Amino acid sequence: MTVTENPRTYKYVGTRPVRHDGLDKVTGKARFAADLDMTGQLRAALVRSPHAHARIVSIDASKAEAMPGVKAVVTGADFADLDPTHPEFDMAVNLMARGEALYNGHVVAAVAAVTAAQAAAAAAAVEVDYEPLPAVLTIDEAIAKGAPIANTTNRTLFSGDAEPSNLASVNEFGRGDIEAGFEAADIIIEREFRTAAVHQGYIEPHACVADCGQDGKAVIWASSQGHFAVRSKTAAALGWSTDRIKVIPAEIGGGFGGKTTIYLEPVAVLLSQKAARPVKLVMSREEVLRATGPAPATKITAKIGATNDGEITTLQSTMYFDNGSTKGFSALTGAMSVASYKLPNLELHAIGTVTNTARSAAYRAPSAPQAAFAVETLIDELAQRLGVDPIDLRLQNAVVEGDATAMGMPHPKIGFVETLEAIKNSDHYNSPVPEGAGRGVATGFWFNIGEQSSATVNLNEDGTATVVTGSPDIGGSRASMALMAAEELGLAVDRITPIVADTESVGFTDITEGSRATFATGMAVVNACRELIEELKQRAATIKSADVERVEWVDGAAVIEGEDRLTIPEITAMAKNTGGPLTATASLNAAGAGPSFAVHVADVAVDEETGETTILRYTAAQDAGTAIHPSYVEGQIQGGSVQGIGWALNEEYIYDSNGVMENAGFLDYRMPVASDLPMIDAIIVEVPNPSHPYGVRGVGETGIVPPIPTLANAIAAATGVRMTSLPMSPPRLLAAITGGADG
Amino acid sequence: MRYAAPTTTDEALELLRSDPDSQVFAGATDLIPQIRAGRPEPSLLVDLKRIERLVAVSHDNGTWTVGAATPTSALTANAEFSSAFPGLSEASGLIGSDQIQNRSSWGGNLCNASPAADSAPALIVNDARAVIAGASGERTAAAADIVTGPGETSLAAGEFIIEFLLDDPPAGSSDAYLRLIPRTEMDIAVVGAAVQLTLDGDRVASAKVALGAVAPTVVRVPGAEAALAGSTLDDDTLAAVSAAASDACNPIDDKRGTIQYRRQVAGVLARRAAQIAAQRARSQPTQGNS
Ligand SMILES: Cc1cc2nc3c(=O)[nH]c(=O)nc-3n(C[C@H](O)[C@H](O)[C@H](O)COP(=O)(O)OP(=O)(O)OC[C@H]3O[C@@H](n4cnc5c(N)ncnc54)[C@H](O)[C@@H]3O)c2cc1C
Repeated sequence: MTVTENPRTYKYVGTRPVRHDGLDKVTGKARFAADLDMTGQLRAALVRSPHAHARIVSIDASKAEAMPGVKAVVTGADFADLDPTHPEFDMAVNLMARGEALYNGHVVAAVAAVTAAQAAAAAAAVEVDYEPLPAVLTIDEAIAKGAPIANTTNRTLFSGDAEPSNLASVNEFGRGDIEAGFEAADIIIEREFRTAAVHQGYIEPHACVADCGQDGKAVIWASSQGHFAVRSKTAAALGWSTDRIKVIPAEIGGGFGGKTTIYLEPVAVLLSQKAARPVKLVMSREEVLRATGPAPATKITAKIGATNDGEITTLQSTMYFDNGSTKGFSALTGAMSVASYKLPNLELHAIGTVTNTARSAAYRAPSAPQAAFAVETLIDELAQRLGVDPIDLRLQNAVVEGDATAMGMPHPKIGFVETLEAIKNSDHYNSPVPEGAGRGVATGFWFNIGEQSSATVNLNEDGTATVVTGSPDIGGSRASMALMAAEELGLAVDRITPIVADTESVGFTDITEGSRATFATGMAVVNACRELIEELKQRAATIKSADVERVEWVDGAAVIEGEDRLTIPEITAMAKNTGGPLTATASLNAAGAGPSFAVHVADVAVDEETGETTILRYTAAQDAGTAIHPSYVEGQIQGGSVQGIGWALNEEYIYDSNGVMENAGFLDYRMPVASDLPMIDAIIVEVPNPSHPYGVRGVGETGIVPPIPTLANAIAAATGVRMTSLPMSPPRLLAAITGGADG
Repeated sequence: MRYAAPTTTDEALELLRSDPDSQVFAGATDLIPQIRAGRPEPSLLVDLKRIERLVAVSHDNGTWTVGAATPTSALTANAEFSSAFPGLSEASGLIGSDQIQNRSSWGGNLCNASPAADSAPALIVNDARAVIAGASGERTAAAADIVTGPGETSLAAGEFIIEFLLDDPPAGSSDAYLRLIPRTEMDIAVVGAAVQLTLDGDRVASAKVALGAVAPTVVRVPGAEAALAGSTLDDDTLAAVSAAASDACNPIDDKRGTIQYRRQVAGVLARRAAQIAAQRARSQPTQGNS
């Protein structure tokens, strides 16, 4: 379902063609990094620290090196010695420990051998002498007075402090007069919230193949959200120049932010260089969970004030986000994401902590879901206390264009009010709450980003086209690129082949993150198409000996003086005689990314004797600006909702007292399965972004922001119990229901 | 690691005798994940699924004979079996997912000896017996006596279960199995509760109650059985069933559930399973009428 304010009509944009990569994916033909095999290839295995924090006294690989099939061993000593102030220092130390193992699972050495079994056996035979050090495992331990230092290389960002500390970053910002704001309030609610670390849960474990040649150059086949970033990060970790590395993107089986950093590629390159053979390195699911990307655990206190008329007067919050072993994902974006309401008085503290747990990574709207859990729970309680409809209370306070964001800049044109109204008018919200169930609503948004993209459009001899970009396609973006090219050129979508090219075959392109690919790379495609159309008009003018000023581009053809038509195939057929191949390239640093707002509503039933929550109905509305391919917009909305639901109800990192993750597998790290979920009804709202030629707003991330508070609010409605810590799993919910206390 | 697929029980016994480091398997849905997780590989794997008796299901002279390697999907799809033992069928149908159930077996579920095995409590309340093949011939043991502790069974080296025997339940009987998992499938029971009971008119003539995942092995709950016997399942009885079930638990605190949670939920599930079993039994002809 689409609720649109879109004034334009399109021929291709907004249609739902089968994605170009679809058949290969459903038939198993698509090649992911772990599917690639090179002649003479070795398999590698990693040696990981069994300690949460330990000094590495010595590493003796002599036994491993003597084992059958073993061709190379590398340790931290083989890697570039980066200065701790280098922007890639934390990434580089995370992929190979130097001097200290900083968490259980931290890689301390790697082995390459002829078979995977030989590599695993040799990795187990590498002798590492550790001196265990005191470990810091939680936010509370990290900030306790006299706490041991989790990572002595850490200095606090934005503090100017030169001493090692357990704080990764401290940010403070706000406006107005916080005290006056509370004085003006008739109702003040304050709560503390806790959330556990959770994983992005991409289905494809990290994998790569590296092949280092005698010329000192390396080719890497990798699954990532950005192969140019794989190149620059690998170069940094190795101390190489970028021209020595070529990265070929494989298909990617999900990333959700977790594949914006790297773990394997520099290790595989060094092993390949030492062994003079290609090396393949593939993580197991257990390794993925133990040592890649969780989203931060949090502790958030939030205090909100409002008048009896429902005007929110003030918000004050202190948010701790645990970065893990080194600076991972920042607390700042969480604090920034509370700006859905007009807040005349605002005080936010965003603090990142460092602990001896896996380094955190970005996860879909990074840090916003945890912050939304706190703020949207308080808004719901306000509505409850005031006796007003929770959507009406939000409409009363919703930000519109020109209102201040958390950092103070004005919001651009946004569709928050329209999205609230879409839910308010939805069939779901207007149908009665099922007997015994509870209904909850919550909202969320994400800023989205622009950044750098490049695109080339090549017209083939027969008038078909190839659209070449550098944005790995993690959510159907190739189909969207083809649709935008189709719209510009007036060429049918099935005559366009969209591809993702390697780092040497397309201009630099930033990572597919921040919901930017369809927005920014799409804009590069549109610009390249527009340039190509100018060239096509020129060629048509040449063919017809007409003045180019008299040529127009209409519906996929050059129209000369309003009558004579030349189609793309007719022009490309003559290309050789009119100036050669038809191709155009565009690069940009896109400005004007449009924030996307979402409003979710859920009906849940809670078994008050077992603590089980069943989601009976779930509807999510989100502003897409313009939905280029509505199916993939709906897919993003549904996928984000489902990840948020898993985070809310069952997902959590469970560590034992030694910092060992106890549930490093999908059996006990409980992501939702299909039968746990109702159909997620997606409502696409279209308030076009004026900064994009078709009005696109990124839609990839916002969907994960509202589900946690949506379900917490629904559970409160069903049971009367306010859950303030995650996950709201059956044992915790039952304890809260029967004990009255929060789980 | 070698693989062998014998077609007779004698051939299987011979293979097991030939290599002390051999292991039988049926669906391998426990075996393969365990080896992948680092458990030492046996030197010889003996596949039981090619032996006809191990995958045969029959119903003769008041007794059901179910091959120990029969995929559980064959049981849930068997309408006659499922109406005779709805709870046992239900328990078998909860294992994993459709894909898992096309492989998973009772023999594997029981002999893997996980405290959380879903079919175990339901087999036990239905008085299932196991026919065991061994070097000195066949013997029969109660299903309740197979598992002795987590990962441990009473089977001697070289023995395996050929088939399970289940007598037709008396008229007026039925069973039920309920489990709690935090998801709807692909998970391991935090608590499982099986109840089998026989009605005599409005009253319960006899009942059996067993709990899974709350102790090192399946536990029978004599207190609940005694409370049910002779009762009309009134509220006091049901409260007593709950209390006895909670008391019978000897659980651990782990990532899947706390001690307190398991106790609480065991009481709830035992009570609900008793109600479901009774409701099902009521729709059967009672003893008095047969
Ligand atoms: C994704 C997934 C989900 C699962 N979900 C559940 C669940 O919900 N509930 C549940 O209870 N289990 C579950 N399991 C575990 C497993 O599927 C069951 O225990 C299943 O019944 C095992 O049967 P199998 O035939 O595959 O056993 P196998 O793996 O073949 O064997 C298991 C063990 O039993 C021994 N064994 C097998 N047959 C015999 C025999 N005839 N005589 C003597 N020893 C024998 C084997 O040597 C081995 O030690 C799940 C497993 C997976 C992978």
